Amino acid sequence: MSALGDVGQLLLTANLWQAVLAAAVLLLLPALGGVISERSGVVNIAMEGMMLTGAFFAVVADLAWHNAWLATAVAIIAGGLIASIHAVVSIQFRADQIVSGIAINIFAAGLTVFLVNRIYGLQDIGHIGPTEGLPYIDIHGLDQIPFFGKVLFQQNVVVYLALILLVGIHILLFRTRLGLRIRAVGEHPQAADTAGINVFLIRYSAVISSGLLSGLAGAFLAIGVSNTFVPNMTDGRGYIALAAVIFGKWTPFGAFIACLIFGLGQAIYDNNSTIHISPYLLSMLPYILTLVILAGLVGRSTPPAHDGLPYVPGSE
Amino acid sequence: MSDQQLAVEMRGITKQFPGVLANNHVDLSVRTGEIHALVGENGAGKSTLMNILYGLIRPDSGEILINGKPVHMAGPRDAISLGIGMVHQHFMLIPVFSVGENIMLGREPVTGTDLYDHARARNAINDLTKRYGLALDPDARMGDLPVGLQQRAEIVKVLYRGAGILILDEPTGVLTPQETKELFVVLRDLVKSGKTIIFISHKLKEVLDISDRITVMRRGQVVGHLTTRETNEEEIATLMVGRAVLLRVDKKPAKPGAVVLRVEDVSANSDRGVPALKGVTFDLRQGEILGIAGVEGNGQSELMEVIAGTRHAAGGRVLLGDRDITTYDARTERDAGVAFIPEDRRGTGLVLSFSIAENSILGRERSPRFSWNEFVLRLVAIRDWARRLVKEFDVRTPSIDVAARNLSGGNQQKVIVAREMGSKPKVLLAAQPTRGVDIGAIEFIHRRIVQERDGGTAVLLVSAELDEVRSLSDRIAVMYEGRIVSIESPDTPEERLGLLMTGGGKAREGAA
Repeated sequence: MSALGDVGQLLLTANLWQAVLAAAVLLLLPALGGVISERSGVVNIAMEGMMLTGAFFAVVADLAWHNAWLATAVAIIAGGLIASIHAVVSIQFRADQIVSGIAINIFAAGLTVFLVNRIYGLQDIGHIGPTEGLPYIDIHGLDQIPFFGKVLFQQNVVVYLALILLVGIHILLFRTRLGLRIRAVGEHPQAADTAGINVFLIRYSAVISSGLLSGLAGAFLAIGVSNTFVPNMTDGRGYIALAAVIFGKWTPFGAFIACLIFGLGQAIYDNNSTIHISPYLLSMLPYILTLVILAGLVGRSTPPAHDGLPYVPGSE
Repeated sequence: MSDQQLAVEMRGITKQFPGVLANNHVDLSVRTGEIHALVGENGAGKSTLMNILYGLIRPDSGEILINGKPVHMAGPRDAISLGIGMVHQHFMLIPVFSVGENIMLGREPVTGTDLYDHARARNAINDLTKRYGLALDPDARMGDLPVGLQQRAEIVKVLYRGAGILILDEPTGVLTPQETKELFVVLRDLVKSGKTIIFISHKLKEVLDISDRITVMRRGQVVGHLTTRETNEEEIATLMVGRAVLLRVDKKPAKPGAVVLRVEDVSANSDRGVPALKGVTFDLRQGEILGIAGVEGNGQSELMEVIAGTRHAAGGRVLLGDRDITTYDARTERDAGVAFIPEDRRGTGLVLSFSIAENSILGRERSPRFSWNEFVLRLVAIRDWARRLVKEFDVRTPSIDVAARNLSGGNQQKVIVAREMGSKPKVLLAAQPTRGVDIGAIEFIHRRIVQERDGGTAVLLVSAELDEVRSLSDRIAVMYEGRIVSIESPDTPEERLGLLMTGGGKAREGAA
């Protein structure tokens, strides 16, 4: 029973919740991308690969230019490029979107390992300097609020950005003209097409946006949370983000809540030294949570009606 | 024709699809302010032609003039800006969006910051619905509306885009007689206010009722330009099919025998878990056709499924002879002598990727005739059987190895009809047996159903086409909200049936 007591203790510390938010944001960014992509009707399980590619190129660029912002830009672009492969394959060539996504994930894992060996030889890729990562910023004044100050206002710059994106994407999808069109394309592309909306343009933009967001998440992981690239360092986060999309019923805030739950699992694991339980068991926590949540708590959630179905103009 | 201004002129339109010449030098001219009917069987090329006019498909050759000016269309956007609007057969509506959002889609009003402007959307719709007398609630969720109102929303959507030329693709297919009447009032008003309407249909009565002129297509070509006042149903049907067609079902009076199927106070839930049948009772006799009339969604589908054994009854009994078959599943029902032509041909009636031969024994694959010990299929016997059915039921196909997917709708339906009738059933359940089927095939299927009756089978028919129910049935049961509200004779006036179908009218006493 002492393990439970340890966890209880842990739950009362601001440190834990600070870590929860950071871990949640790592999932939230690709999940937001997934929401946009699937709302437009393209199933995207390639967030894992896009994130991994972003992580790799962030480190490469940072090592070369010693500039975290430039490195982040490179990572975002890399994520976008990988996403555009998925877009071409699944929108233009109407291939199965699941298969395309799996292929991209395997491809990204192989590509990054290959490039590490090719560029840096067999030894370690190297570490970026302490001042060259994405900075942590304490919001002056607000960070002094007891408990919440530490949790909310002593965070990495990407965390603030992600929270702004969360609100922005919610407004975009549900309050703007563009959002209405994105959702229309995902629900009924024929209807959108006959209303004069460019289905292909919207789907391409949505898929590529998901790549940009996943690339940003990769940069945050590699040069924000850690300071190097390790093969497969995304460790299934792209897939958990996908679960968050579904758990959140294809809404940004729903996905965010899911990410917080998964982030809690992750943060508890990261603190395993203070808990008297096998770290191997703890390491399963985020994934067990995924299964439990998807199987039981969510129940049936309805995806956009044409999610995963290629659009053939003129068909019915 | 030259003295009248033309709203649409299509000249020499040709479109080749893989394996099909969908449009072969098609000419169409539509005068400004007329209702022009475009008729033809399935696959005659009507939809292709209209999709070309709407910019969804690009023709291989030919030219299009709108209001006298040659135009080039790269997509629906161009058609919309030329004032062409289309109400599609399968509505282009998003069920989870509001009526307002559906109508605005593509031309949404926005505030300065690109935010969707609900207030302006609502006002614009209210203006339109008032001007054309089309009442609609912009805030209702589209999926909650009945089909007639959904169609109305489609029309308003087209008007909102400023269309002067409206294309309506099979607009009455999903409507009740009452809704059709309302639609026609709307269409006449629209023409009065200067709109031009192209009306695609295969229901000849309606075409004669609503149109000014008619263009008939067959196999990708125009086979006739007619003036409505100077033609009749027979002439149009003959042009459509290419031979004289019998439009009326030719049948002798029924000689009903003993009661075969007795349905007693049956209730059942729909897929959504709400009561769909609320105590249905009737008898079905040997050698008669009992037709069930009703607006779709009033429990007809559920009733058929309960009898066929694919839906659980929540209460009541179904008796076949004196056997209680209420709890029988589809397999035991079949073995007991109940055959079922389901309404969803492609989803329930056939396995589309299977060949005709395989489809022809679905549900009977265990019978000793088609397998040894219910295990190893007797392929030779199956093929012989399939060949016989194809010949007897006039299924147009190069071979029995063709996948069902590749047959036309009419031929797919014939495969199902052949299979079900081929099992020599005691009771034949026919749900929408001619939906989406060509006139020629309709004529054939109707004749076979009457033959089954004359051979002593008890036939239960469900159809959304009131004409079909009236011409085939020996008795008509009208269903409304999960109950049989009245049993009528087949020569009951259409108006009375229409009234009963929508919950009005008084049931006749002692009709059952």
